[in-house]
Amino acid sequence: MAPKLPPHHSLQHSSTTAAAGGQVHDDHDHHPQPRGIMRWLLTTNHKEIGSLYLIFSLIMFFIGGIFALVVRAELFQPGLNLVNPEFFNQMTTMHGLIMVFAAVMPAFTGLANWMIPLQIGAPDMALPRLNNFSFWLLPVAFILLLSTLLMPGGGPNFGWTFYAPLSTTYAPPSTTFFILSLHIAGVSSILGAINIVATILNMRAPGMRMMDMPLFVWTWLITAFLLIAVMPVLAGVITMMLMDINFGTSFFDAAGGGDPVLFQHLFWFFGHPEVYIMILPAFGIVSAIIPCFARKRLFGYASMVYATASIAVLSFLVWAHHMFVVGLPLAAELFFMYTTMLIAVPTGVKVFNWITTLFRGSITFEVPMLFALAFVVLFTIGGFSGLMLAIAPADFQYHDTYFVVAHFHYVLVPGAVFSIMAAVYFWLPKWTGHYPSEILGKWHFWLSVIGVNLTFFPMHFSGLAGMPRRIPDYALQFADFNLVSSLGAFLFGFSQLIFVWVIIKCVRGGVKAPAKAWDGAEDLEWTVPSPAPLHTFETPPDFKPVQH
Amino acid sequence: MMNPVQRTVFRSVLVLIGMFAFAFALVPLYDVFCRVTGLNGKVDERAQSLVSEEVDQSRWVTVQFITRSGSGLPWILDVEQRQVRVNPGQPTEIDFVFTNQSAVAQSGRAVPSVSPSRASRHLRKVNCFCFEEQRLEAGERIELPLVFQLTRDLPEDVNTVTLVYTLYPVDEDKAQLQAQAAPAPGGDA
Amino acid sequence: MRKLLALMTGGGSLLGGASLAQANGWNMPVGVTDLSAEIYSLHMTIFWICVVIGVVVFGVMFYSLFKFRRSKGAKSSHFHENTTVEVIWTAVPLLILVGMAVPATATLQKMYDTSDAELDVMITGQQWRWRYEYLGEDVAFNSNMSTPRAQISGEEDRGEHYLLEVDEPLVLPINRKVRFLLTADDVIHSWWVPDFAVKQDTIPGFINENWVRINEPGIYRGQCAELCGMDHGFMPIVVHAMEEDDFDDWLAERKEAAEAEAMGVDREWEMAELMERGEQVYGSICASCHQADGSGSPPAFPALAGNQELIDDVDWHIDVVLNGVSGTAMPAFRSNLNPVELAAVVTYSRNAWGNDTGDAVQPAEIVELLE
Repeated sequence: MAPKLPPHHSLQHSSTTAAAGGQVHDDHDHHPQPRGIMRWLLTTNHKEIGSLYLIFSLIMFFIGGIFALVVRAELFQPGLNLVNPEFFNQMTTMHGLIMVFAAVMPAFTGLANWMIPLQIGAPDMALPRLNNFSFWLLPVAFILLLSTLLMPGGGPNFGWTFYAPLSTTYAPPSTTFFILSLHIAGVSSILGAINIVATILNMRAPGMRMMDMPLFVWTWLITAFLLIAVMPVLAGVITMMLMDINFGTSFFDAAGGGDPVLFQHLFWFFGHPEVYIMILPAFGIVSAIIPCFARKRLFGYASMVYATASIAVLSFLVWAHHMFVVGLPLAAELFFMYTTMLIAVPTGVKVFNWITTLFRGSITFEVPMLFALAFVVLFTIGGFSGLMLAIAPADFQYHDTYFVVAHFHYVLVPGAVFSIMAAVYFWLPKWTGHYPSEILGKWHFWLSVIGVNLTFFPMHFSGLAGMPRRIPDYALQFADFNLVSSLGAFLFGFSQLIFVWVIIKCVRGGVKAPAKAWDGAEDLEWTVPSPAPLHTFETPPDFKPVQH
Repeated sequence: MMNPVQRTVFRSVLVLIGMFAFAFALVPLYDVFCRVTGLNGKVDERAQSLVSEEVDQSRWVTVQFITRSGSGLPWILDVEQRQVRVNPGQPTEIDFVFTNQSAVAQSGRAVPSVSPSRASRHLRKVNCFCFEEQRLEAGERIELPLVFQLTRDLPEDVNTVTLVYTLYPVDEDKAQLQAQAAPAPGGDA
Repeated sequence: MRKLLALMTGGGSLLGGASLAQANGWNMPVGVTDLSAEIYSLHMTIFWICVVIGVVVFGVMFYSLFKFRRSKGAKSSHFHENTTVEVIWTAVPLLILVGMAVPATATLQKMYDTSDAELDVMITGQQWRWRYEYLGEDVAFNSNMSTPRAQISGEEDRGEHYLLEVDEPLVLPINRKVRFLLTADDVIHSWWVPDFAVKQDTIPGFINENWVRINEPGIYRGQCAELCGMDHGFMPIVVHAMEEDDFDDWLAERKEAAEAEAMGVDREWEMAELMERGEQVYGSICASCHQADGSGSPPAFPALAGNQELIDDVDWHIDVVLNGVSGTAMPAFRSNLNPVELAAVVTYSRNAWGNDTGDAVQPAEIVELLE
């Protein structure tokens, strides 16, 4: 998050250090480093790359946010007031694509880059050059994606789920570029995931067993496995689209013997695990913050690990719950309804564990804790609406309405996004050496919480009352709900400027933070100085596991 | 020998390639799955033999035929009878009439779909024009038969079966390309 | 468990149901079919179960947050593991889920029983209108949104049923089981009427089924629920449910009207007549893509005004309207419009917006092409 990064020390450049797994470490950073822009282009340092990821995702968060505000401004009142339906569809599509692939996912990858080596006592990621490459693919991918908006016929306008044949036979000419950009972003995610797996499995400090790892590391390990398993499926499905559009095949075209529903099966086989890719690391973050500010060890560490793993396994068995109204046979509807309901069990276990951690703790309410607590409450509300959506017969009424929009925004905004913000407030002292402003942070928190709920809570009602998703104009009975949602969206959007202000202020100065910045913080990252020097753990730390 | 990091990467890449291939393998698998379960009202696109079983005289099932034409093909597909009542087990023949109204010869294909989908497994087509594409000269009119049989194990509560044919143009260049691209589903174009 | 569920549903309809749902605009409608009412009560049951769980979970959480603040001098304990409680809070939710799954399964089975229908209606989604065909009755028509564009742009005051009104509603009888067969001509649409709890995707090339038995006469409104391109927000559904006798009369009338229109094809039509009818057809069918002033929105939807290809070649023009263009959004209208409408709309677009070809295409010419 810090443009002016960890001071550019060049000490500690002793000799190549054998890392945890015993392999010889690259001597990639033992030459005089280039300065200025080249330093950032060529860096192989996990902290610098982590910062690049985080800055990139913050910029994309604002771009995706502006798209969302265009949508909300159009929906502020009935009628087509600002944009035409064609552009409106491009905005909803781009908002979804940017937020999922360019904001939330890279933010988590950035946190992983920064924190995983620090939390497991490794000097860097296992594959530093690959790390640099996977980051720099992202700006390429998303500049390409954004540029489609300027192409003749406009950018993608078929929703972030790009259902065929709307995204094939009936798509704008720019769709080929959309596919290419998604391919590049996918390669970036896959390379990042391989790197994370290789780091976690091979580079832990001597003596750190798997069951000693902090939960953020655990959840990321499982997330990385999910990424490796499903990103190739996404690559496959967009390759089929590409062939349908350009090479005359008929994977998804009934006229040539294909099947549009096949697209949805393939997409959601990727898409549902993708949803958990965006939430599992959040579980890890919250599991680090709540014990820290409750000054009490996380309750049920082992059950947290098992719950995360079972959510990941179940995520492969529930995809068709996105397709309850496409005409699945009864047996399939029942199967997917039951498996989806089952996901409530491990998710519930996690929530119960967090709350039991709070019970009889010694709790304080610093900004990271506030975001983590809001996460628990609001994510659980999103979980409840998810349970309602799992009930297949009722889903015939909920499907493709604003009720669904409310549901997934509750799990993604006060869920994933709040957890990222919590993580930033939590680790900023480690990154910059200064505490973030407590007062500004609290303003940011309260305005965000109010904004999020004003935006998304009314959507439950407009959806139940019958408002479909992705419409640029609506019947008059939905006007009040939409007005409130739009006001809330602007409040939420503009409060994020405070976030940027907090970060810039914190990078420039503030109250100095000691190595152990929060008195309840336990993991290895709090044993290195604040700000963390560019090179840490060149000698493996002395790790003493707590008895789990 | 590979070091541990290389080994992890190697295994990950194997999974990666496997999953990419799996995505493509899902296309034919899904097709097979659909045919076996009747999912999506897909029907077997190859000729099946008649099952010699006794005709169930006590049970009557209505079979409806609906014909539609997709865009880009100036043909008319008509059926001599919009619906028939049959006994399960009894083979029935129905004639369909294709008319090319345009002034050019063209190829087209009737794509079938069965509803309710769980009936499609019990609908055996012995002879159907939908197995292959048709080529009609300008103004040509041909009559083609559909011979089918409903098997006796058709679920008890199914008393109407609807068979829909949608006419689509067959783009000749495209058909050739498709023949080359091996994994194209329903690859009998 | 069953009793508890029933109680909660009861509580639901008392609290949420009576005050919120009936006042409409807050909650899922109870609807006018047995199934929609059943789905509503299922929805409320699950909702109240979630509320109860939420109250307990958040209750414990906020109690802890107040009680165990460090500012109040709370000292933290050291417990961090307990297998018994983990087992309990895995098992109890499982049991609750089973309790939810039982009624959900029963309802779903009923929704899938399409047998013994008394009337079959084929519903076809097209960009951006619905087409209804009463199978075996020779009655078929398109249903387009009738809200004027001037209301959408705000030049006119918006009516009560803004965006939820059509030129020709689907007419159905009450108390009869109606089976819907759903498909689409171009992209995936989804036919949804909340009061029937019927939502079903229409998939090009494939056929889906659903059914309804309406209990009360009335006018019920819904919308397309699957993103289907530019005018996805402007393809409403209106169903007019009638008493059975009224429905039979209506159906007979429609059949007569169709025959009368068929008679009209043999006579020679005046230019002015064709233009008037053509403008009407163009406005409801073509204007959504090609715009009311014929300017289109290239490249997806070409302009018709001043389109040289169109002006030069009347046969090509008729062919495109009749047969559509494969691989584009232009559908085949040969079976969606009758010969009079087809002749009129071609005549209109050949003479409006300064195209001025002077061609008057006669319904009889179209009939010849269609035979």
